[in-house]
Amino acid sequence: MTNSIPEVEDADCIFLIGSNTSEAHPLIAHRIFRAVGKGAKLIVVDPRKIQMTMVADIHVRINYGTDVAFLNAIMHEIIKNNWHNPEFIKERTEGFEALEETVKKYSPEMASSICGVPPDVIHEVARLYATSKTSNIMYTLGITEHSHGVDNVKSLANLAMLTGHIGKPSSGVNPMRGQNNVQGACDMGALPNVYPGYQVVTNEDIRAKFEKAWGVSLSPNIGKMIPDMMDGLIDGTVKGMYIFGENSVETDPNIHHVRHALESAELLVVQDIFLTQTAKFAHVVLPGAAWGEVEGTYSNTERKVQRIRKAVEPPGEAMPNWTILMEIGKRLGVKMHYETAEQVFNEMTSLTPSFAGITYERIDKTDIQWPCPSLDHPGTKYLHQEKFTRGLGLFHAIEYRPSEELPDDEFPVILTTGRRYAHYHSRTMTGRCAALDREFPRPMAQIHFKDAERLGLADGDSMKVTSRRGEVITPVRVGDVVPEGSIFMDFHFEDANPNWLLGTSLDPVSKTPDYKVCAVRIERQED
Amino acid sequence: MDYKFVKTTCPFCGCGCQMLLEVLDGRLIGTLPFKGAQMNQGKLCIKGWNAHGFVQSPDRLTKPLIRKNGKLQEASWEETFDTVASRISDIKTRYGANSMSFLSSARCSNEENYLLQKLCRAGVGTNNVDHCARL
Repeated sequence: MTNSIPEVEDADCIFLIGSNTSEAHPLIAHRIFRAVGKGAKLIVVDPRKIQMTMVADIHVRINYGTDVAFLNAIMHEIIKNNWHNPEFIKERTEGFEALEETVKKYSPEMASSICGVPPDVIHEVARLYATSKTSNIMYTLGITEHSHGVDNVKSLANLAMLTGHIGKPSSGVNPMRGQNNVQGACDMGALPNVYPGYQVVTNEDIRAKFEKAWGVSLSPNIGKMIPDMMDGLIDGTVKGMYIFGENSVETDPNIHHVRHALESAELLVVQDIFLTQTAKFAHVVLPGAAWGEVEGTYSNTERKVQRIRKAVEPPGEAMPNWTILMEIGKRLGVKMHYETAEQVFNEMTSLTPSFAGITYERIDKTDIQWPCPSLDHPGTKYLHQEKFTRGLGLFHAIEYRPSEELPDDEFPVILTTGRRYAHYHSRTMTGRCAALDREFPRPMAQIHFKDAERLGLADGDSMKVTSRRGEVITPVRVGDVVPEGSIFMDFHFEDANPNWLLGTSLDPVSKTPDYKVCAVRIERQED
Repeated sequence: MDYKFVKTTCPFCGCGCQMLLEVLDGRLIGTLPFKGAQMNQGKLCIKGWNAHGFVQSPDRLTKPLIRKNGKLQEASWEETFDTVASRISDIKTRYGANSMSFLSSARCSNEENYLLQKLCRAGVGTNNVDHCARL
């Protein structure tokens, strides 16, 4: 997030798009509800009638996957009505002319024919967002998990820069991270192109710094992203895979493809706390200690580095993950000698300028958000105050591209996927929390009551869902949360996992799979 | 009787709520919201309130496993560490460093992610490391 979570409740306008906040980020949703209580205008953009829409001033029930057309039309209206911020554009950005030229085509009427949002609603959203004193964009995977996810994100950045709603309190572009330490895993360089702190592997000086510290020579080439690793296992360019704390078999799209990939591996090492579906494919399984059994830190979605602490001993011979990695590293000839997690943290901060001022001692006493370059630096509550990371903010002129797999005669229904409030991903953890298991014991695909009536489905009946990749059977919840012609499935339950159905369409830049728009056929399943 | 609270960070979403683990004689018995936290201001969601539940599951892995004759079988840590290191080295020797790939974890700590990418980059010599932020 460019901003901090407490700032959410002081925004004048919140533009929430592609986020089921009350289920996926309940304690951030709470801040949004407080903001509304203080008088903020809330715009919720989502095809589904999620709970957030009940407190919204405007619910924009956009067609699935048409965000770019909608956002371009908003920018069209902002420029047409002179609601943009010429001073900010002149001083802080470049590339405005190209954006202006592109969004000219996206009149509210033209965009409406794509995104299904009435022109007067587009006008009103544009006015509210642009003319509020502080406006905060908040989004999650409803924006990124598309075959045009990068275009969606860039369009949101365009919108913030066009109006100057960035670089100040309660105004910014705020992706809410879905996992306890997905921010930290990125920050730590668990990415094929960067070392910790987003220091790029292709930069010679940076590489030399890490080579000196680690005492080895390092590869100058950017590595493979997950989908390429999986494809590589199948085509033979990748032979071995080490999977650390990830249940790929249940959480990656197109399960048939993932299973085929893992079966093809000459060596598969899985380090986890349970014998997951993924671990069952492994040649070697390493039992790690769990949360609650180890010391360390997580970075939350607002870049705050916080401690986790050991409360109990790990079971049996399970061992802290950092110890396991260290023991293997040593045997591969790497300099790795640590007695505590804190020593690992200190080595990392010594090589990572944006974390240089963070210590276990400091975060014990106070909240610190990176960047924090020195021990006397208080950390950074919101980013891009004076300038952007690259200097001038760059506008990207972006054309709308339809999602890759749209409904047709054979597969006429749109499937979209996501989380439910009581569960987490493949339920390896929440399925073993007794109260959560009782609360939400089985999957429930959401279907519109008119579609249900047409198929003769009552609430709780079973439905067969078929795509080009496979079929699953799931109980249904009948209602009007999803628009007619679409269904929503959670991915928490092995037997009714929509990842059997999803394809491998990817965003061309980030290679993020499309989990949000997939064409399926639905029918009643007799018991 | 040994009864204590241990302050920690929730293991589920990216909010980063602060909580207290309730420990009695070396066993986790409950989770409580930490009242003094800026982030969650003394509140937790349903997942947070139940976070301690999975840790002591009887399904936890307690011993290293190595596949022998097609089956995963219990092994010692020494044998397991040696096996992993020698098989990675073997793949590197036969096919090159870029034939190994590493998936790190958005569920694990900064320290563990740092070491996993160091193991991949310094130990094997490839930048083939990624994690599920992409998914």
